Amino acid sequence: MRAAVVVFPGSNCDRDLAVAFEAAGAEVSMVWHKDSELPDGIDIVGIPGGFSYGDYLRCGAIAAQSPICKAVAAHANRGGYVMGICNGFQVLTETGLLPGALLRNAGLKYICKTVGLKVETSDSVYTAGYTAGDVIDIPIAHHDGNYFADDATLAELRDQDRIAFSYTDNPNGSVSDIAGILSANRRVLGMMPHPERAADAGHGGTDGEALFRALTGALITA
Amino acid sequence: MKARVHVMLKTGVLDPQGAAVRHALGAMGFDGVNKVRQGKVIELDLADGTSKADVTEMCEKLLANTVIESYTIEIS
Repeated sequence: MRAAVVVFPGSNCDRDLAVAFEAAGAEVSMVWHKDSELPDGIDIVGIPGGFSYGDYLRCGAIAAQSPICKAVAAHANRGGYVMGICNGFQVLTETGLLPGALLRNAGLKYICKTVGLKVETSDSVYTAGYTAGDVIDIPIAHHDGNYFADDATLAELRDQDRIAFSYTDNPNGSVSDIAGILSANRRVLGMMPHPERAADAGHGGTDGEALFRALTGALITA
Repeated sequence: MKARVHVMLKTGVLDPQGAAVRHALGAMGFDGVNKVRQGKVIELDLADGTSKADVTEMCEKLLANTVIESYTIEIS
């Protein structure tokens, strides 16, 4: 599997994400926000956590207009795989590749702790390594992780089995306890929790490892 | 020409910052405040020939996230 990790000014989980991809057997290229094309033969693009462009205007809003995001959108529209974690999820909603938006946490505080996540579906390359209903421990670290979508969008997400993960104990006010969602073709994942921070015994937890292993297993480079 | 864009969270979208401001005002003794909604104002200094339609496009594409926010434009 060939993965590209996007680096914006202010990204701070880019190297962690690259390490998690590599540990699962992927070849990783880092791509800069000013690049207007992805390297050839990329199977999946990872948009990492952090504070792209200082979170100016709205989290992810400026990043969504960057040259590399046009290339990422083209990749997704061709049926390519994209995963956005934390700030990456915010970027994906701002580009319109995923529905809804991330608002300020209901309690107004930045929250950094490990939370319980329920795997809502195993029907995606990201969640195939889990069984629906599994509860995994994954860290969160965000100020704007309060997922919002209107009722029609929520009904669509539910009817199409596109809620990937939900919180067992909602930390941020997200509607329907949503922690991560999939695109209609199930190839774009956005999630606020950080599976790359639970992918090595040294992290204190390895519940995120199965996500990266399932991904590299499914997207073996031909 | 100048434009002033007001961006507000849509009705129905929870505004925890506005709620915190209202709570603080209440704690200070200003008990006549039923509700506070917090938004932002963006001032644009525009070159000649930039139209209100251009500013609308800027709002739709960047200045507001229309999933959660509404906007109004004042031209002066």
